[in-house]
Amino acid sequence: MKILVCISHVPDTTSKINFTEEDTKFDTNGVQFVINPNDEFGLTRAMWFKEKQGASVDVVNVGGPETEPTLRKSLAIGADNAIRVNANPTDGFYVAKQLAKVVQDGGYDLVIAGRESIDYNGGMVPGMLAALIDANFVNTCIGLEIEGETVTAIREIDGGKETSKTSLPLVIGGQKGLVEESDLRIPNMRGIMMARKKPLNVVEPVEASEETKAQKFEKPVPKGEVTLIPADDVGKLVDLLHNEAKAI
Amino acid sequence: MSVLVYTENEEGKFKKAAFEVASYAKEIANMLGTSVTAVTFNATDSAELGTYGVDKVLEVKDDKLTTFTAKAYADAIGQAAKKEGASVVVVSSSADSKFLAPMLAVHLDAGYVSNVVALPESSTPFVVKRTAFTNKAFSLTEISTECKILGLSNNAFGLKESEDAATVESFTPELTDADFAVSVTSVDKATDQVSIADAEVVVSGGRGLKGPENWGMIEDLASVLGAATACSKPVSDMGWRPHGEHVGQTGKPVASNLYIAVGISGAIQHLAGINASKTKVVINNDPEAPFFKAADYGIVGDAFEVVPQLIEKLKEFKANNA
Repeated sequence: MKILVCISHVPDTTSKINFTEEDTKFDTNGVQFVINPNDEFGLTRAMWFKEKQGASVDVVNVGGPETEPTLRKSLAIGADNAIRVNANPTDGFYVAKQLAKVVQDGGYDLVIAGRESIDYNGGMVPGMLAALIDANFVNTCIGLEIEGETVTAIREIDGGKETSKTSLPLVIGGQKGLVEESDLRIPNMRGIMMARKKPLNVVEPVEASEETKAQKFEKPVPKGEVTLIPADDVGKLVDLLHNEAKAI
Repeated sequence: MSVLVYTENEEGKFKKAAFEVASYAKEIANMLGTSVTAVTFNATDSAELGTYGVDKVLEVKDDKLTTFTAKAYADAIGQAAKKEGASVVVVSSSADSKFLAPMLAVHLDAGYVSNVVALPESSTPFVVKRTAFTNKAFSLTEISTECKILGLSNNAFGLKESEDAATVESFTPELTDADFAVSVTSVDKATDQVSIADAEVVVSGGRGLKGPENWGMIEDLASVLGAATACSKPVSDMGWRPHGEHVGQTGKPVASNLYIAVGISGAIQHLAGINASKTKVVINNDPEAPFFKAADYGIVGDAFEVVPQLIEKLKEFKANNA
């Protein structure tokens, strides 16, 4: 089985978010970049398939050279090859079209992407990719088993979960639950040394138009002071929630 | 040209989000000088959508579509959009809508923007405001395609009733076996609980609850408020509560009208997940907990003493305001 894991290069979850160039660009100054957490769950699940059932695992990112450390980290975790599509992604549809070309060229059976990246939260790339390459698709995937031709996938739904049967080729939008948090891997020294020797192929993008564009960013209005209520006067909270906040 | 909405139902009954997307679509239709058409799948009373501004309903009745099947639904909505010449398609932010919308976007060659929180800033160019960086920022996003798909955030717009009536028309989409290549074999859903996505009120617990055996208090508080229950990341990591209840940057975002956090200190990742909620209440015994800086109302105190009192006071309030 050939697996491709899509890796987004995103600001660490603790990052302060700021913008530059009159609020039109994300300010990367001082920001630590990491593998998108939803993708990291997917990469770990791909490693499980590789080790338990036999599979090759490639990783791909659409981005400039600055994303290569993130791809190298994926190689250190255990991916076999990395591909970087040399383009500055601005739009989910554009990214999906680039990934579709990589999947078609590589003949992958299973593509694992995160359900969304934690920066732009578009949540559209996995589904668009599946539609573009005419593969089956399961979003918000929290469980995946593959036995021969049969795929069993579990997805999170509002208020519960749902189990489906399907077949390869398949794209999933994965998330926490696909593997446990405790199963996530930290690259060890051997992995890091080996990653240096693994191939990182740079391919040029296919032509694709941009369908959406972030014109400007805004930050939420800062909150006012908290109203503290004495612990022995809980009734006052109920009163404020009703009369002031109109929340109950 | 029209505005098309996908209106979700559960066992035939429309979800609140269906009325919200309909209300929102009506405002856009007014902006564009056009009408609203809804697509329903096996809904019991499609005409009910007229109350929220829908002019016409394309009603699909098909036993094969009783269970949500993303590709089949996306193809059916796509065919409806083409039939109606839709320039804008509005869906909700439910798990199902987020599942089908990207496939629909490819079907219609449409730009798709999710997590939309307001009416378009302008129609030419078409610019909408959406959340980004897990609610740490907003992005004003332009959609340049002829057809546009908007995913409306839950509770972002509210409901607006209308005096008009909707006409109902039968619609039979052309579906193939390929539309059902992912087939649902079982659904495991707590039917007596409010889901986080639909909830107007969310009650959430953290490590301060000390153990899963103490969750009855959170459930009781949620019950009196008709709220969904949720939790912080450490709580789901320790297995006290299911992953589906984890709220935060790598869990679920919450955009409720009221969010009550009990025993949650307020890590930056958790705060990002709840930023879009309108009123935030924090109950914590640590006055230095960062959550107090993000909250509207706070009580510094022992949750095991404060929460039972709060439940009693809310019951009294409900009894007096019934």
